[in-house]
Amino acid sequence: MKTRADAIVVGGGIMGASAAFFLARAGRSVILLERGLVGQQASGTNFGNVRRQGRYLHQLPLSNRARDIWLRLPELIGEDCEFLPSGHLRVSYTREQADRIAAYAEDARAYGLDLEMLSSNALRARYPYLSADLVAGCLDPTGGHANPRLTAPAFGRAAVRAGVTLYENSEVTHIGKTGEDFVLEVAGRGELRSPVLLVTAGAWGGRLSALFGESVPLATHGPQMAVTEPLPYRIVPTIGVSTPHVYETVYFRQVERGNVILGGSTRGPASNETNRAAVLPDNFLGQLEQLRRVMPGFAAVNVIRVWSGVESYLPDDMPVMGPSATTSGLYYAFGFCGAGFQIGPGVGAVMAELIATGATSTPIEPYSIARFAR
Amino acid sequence: MATSGMRAVVVGAGPAGMRAAQTLVAAGIRPVVIDEAGRSGGQIYRRPPEGFVRDAETLYGADAAKARDLHAMFDRLRDAIDYRPDTLAWNVAGDMLHVVTDGVADALPFDALILATGATDRLLPIAGWTRPGCYSLGGAQVALKAQGCAIGRRVLFLGTGPLLYLVAHQYRKAGVEVAAVLDTAPFAAQVRALPDLMVRPGFLLRGASFRAGLQAAGVTVANGVVPRAIEGGREVSGLRYRIGDKEHHVAADAVAMGFHLRSETQLADLAGCPFLFDAASGQWRPDADRDGRSPRAGVYLAGDGARVLGADAAEAGGRLAALAALADAGHAVDAGELAALRRRMAMLDRFRRGLATAFPWPADLARSVADDVILCRCENITAGQLRETASAKGAPELNRTKALSRIGMGRCQGRFCGSAAAEILADARGTPLAEVGRLRGQAPVKPLSMATAKGTRP
Repeated sequence: MKTRADAIVVGGGIMGASAAFFLARAGRSVILLERGLVGQQASGTNFGNVRRQGRYLHQLPLSNRARDIWLRLPELIGEDCEFLPSGHLRVSYTREQADRIAAYAEDARAYGLDLEMLSSNALRARYPYLSADLVAGCLDPTGGHANPRLTAPAFGRAAVRAGVTLYENSEVTHIGKTGEDFVLEVAGRGELRSPVLLVTAGAWGGRLSALFGESVPLATHGPQMAVTEPLPYRIVPTIGVSTPHVYETVYFRQVERGNVILGGSTRGPASNETNRAAVLPDNFLGQLEQLRRVMPGFAAVNVIRVWSGVESYLPDDMPVMGPSATTSGLYYAFGFCGAGFQIGPGVGAVMAELIATGATSTPIEPYSIARFAR
Repeated sequence: MATSGMRAVVVGAGPAGMRAAQTLVAAGIRPVVIDEAGRSGGQIYRRPPEGFVRDAETLYGADAAKARDLHAMFDRLRDAIDYRPDTLAWNVAGDMLHVVTDGVADALPFDALILATGATDRLLPIAGWTRPGCYSLGGAQVALKAQGCAIGRRVLFLGTGPLLYLVAHQYRKAGVEVAAVLDTAPFAAQVRALPDLMVRPGFLLRGASFRAGLQAAGVTVANGVVPRAIEGGREVSGLRYRIGDKEHHVAADAVAMGFHLRSETQLADLAGCPFLFDAASGQWRPDADRDGRSPRAGVYLAGDGARVLGADAAEAGGRLAALAALADAGHAVDAGELAALRRRMAMLDRFRRGLATAFPWPADLARSVADDVILCRCENITAGQLRETASAKGAPELNRTKALSRIGMGRCQGRFCGSAAAEILADARGTPLAEVGRLRGQAPVKPLSMATAKGTRP
């Protein structure tokens, strides 16, 4: 059994699996630890939005880097994870919100994200199934969606093929530092050692950072997801309602085999003790109301399943990403606030670059854990 | 503790649900009774729509008197209960049951939730089973009972379990040509089960008379059948099967198939009831004591939805579950009645063991399904895709397999494919059946229209 590596990655979600993959490609020996199975929590239960539009401008360079990886998935990891670059459309019910979207489109251009504003007439012409109440839309023709259930596991398998040692069902019970080495106690596996430790443990990341004097106000919530029966493939882009009102915030996408995946409105309760997250029945019924509003044809469709998962959030809606401020050799990438899926492979690439070379060409300063020490 | 204010909800209006409601009413409670069907009766005592004229003898045969009594009893209860037909219980969250009636949602708070959700056919894939003309045994029976329709002109009955012979008998009596009755269980198993089955001589005799009647009418009735393929083009034309080393073929334009029954346990799962693996049947069931009391406070289980013991046990189980709920709420219950019901359940449980011996689930048949056969009908996933997910993608248990392959992810949520998927996965992984686990229930329990409107809150 492998007990020592150049780097140990704790947490086998999309961040950890892709970081391990890129580290192995950079020639490092890596152990990837996962307390359950790869990609079971936030990485596997999210909506599957592969979108750049709407992200904070400071996150667009990271998002752009991720997009390049998404486009090369078959070449890099041997499968496409059902990534469909079919566009991402934001729509709004009010002039005021349309102006905000338009302003964002102006600002995003400088970051290489070219968005197309659509009038209500243009919306109707291109997407006749959408409500006539919509006043405007904004299309990112390069956006799209992918299957979250497949993506992190696919990165995990590719990482193993690239030489990573993956231990699933292996919970870290203690971490210490002896000299240059991190020493991890792992249930059922004994002691593992490495000079580099990357924490990509999602909702469980805060417990580990706290061991090194870096507490973060991490909260857990669950997305409120549902899927319809399969229907003829008609809805091409991922579509989301842009609004300042939480209850109006719904989004949906149709997979080529026909099912429509939908979600939005409030977040539900989730626990990093029981690993379970609940779909709130009232929220679900509210989603249906809003979905019928944005696409009246939904009234003729059945939902066959709802689900949630354990996501982690920080109060400033930004992740923790970068080196530790207290401990050399320690790195973090967790707390992606329900918006980590698209940037996931980019996060993996950036963390691998940071660890392998000591620096990264992608700006991630706003996400430093040090911001919570102030 | 005062019981008059006890909020009791019964899900299901078959024999278990009806008896539970009656017992609660007798104790001064006004329960809500949720019925997915338009009329009470459940599956076995299903009533045809209003205006249909066939009498109870035609519909229920030897059970006509029982059916008439139950229906009359429940009709008399109507003013004493809050009966909600055509209502889907789609979710349980906390101590609230979520239902939809006529497109309007409602949330029912409960102190006691009695789940009498019944069972559906246990199925396994056979090459060609997705052809039009293939029905489940239960489906074939419902068509006849509720609508007076047969599933074909010359119908083949395939599978195992008491329902196989009963439905074949009912079809023959209704004037439908029975192509054959093909039982996967060896005849020796049925002989071996006799000591347990003898606890209900009348029931045993009736089963034997169905078989004898079919044979006397010239119908092939065979045991130890290994089905090979349901053949045909766009429709069923027949079945190729084997007995021992000998290949056979029988022509038919419809197939009714089922391998005994499986409990409907999704609501118990959503309510948070713990589940146990039952090695005898190879199935998981919600844990409950002998009265139907689950370890999840306030949730009780009755009838075939808890364990498949049949209609008579469902009546006793419905009473017991209601008495358990009443006792837990501080109500005095009749110790004599409780003891008598428990004795009856113990006897019926021995009969259930006999049935399990006589009509074993053909696990080997499920495990040997060819790679190209569609296993998950909703999502169009083959047995081969499941095996590939188990090996190449390393899925160790059913929910992971579902996530990676879509098996059991469709509108039936694994009701059709779940039993066989567990066998194939366990076989591919080389692990005991219990270790591959069970598909977790997810709301909505049945497909829910997106037109569903928020209802009034209590």
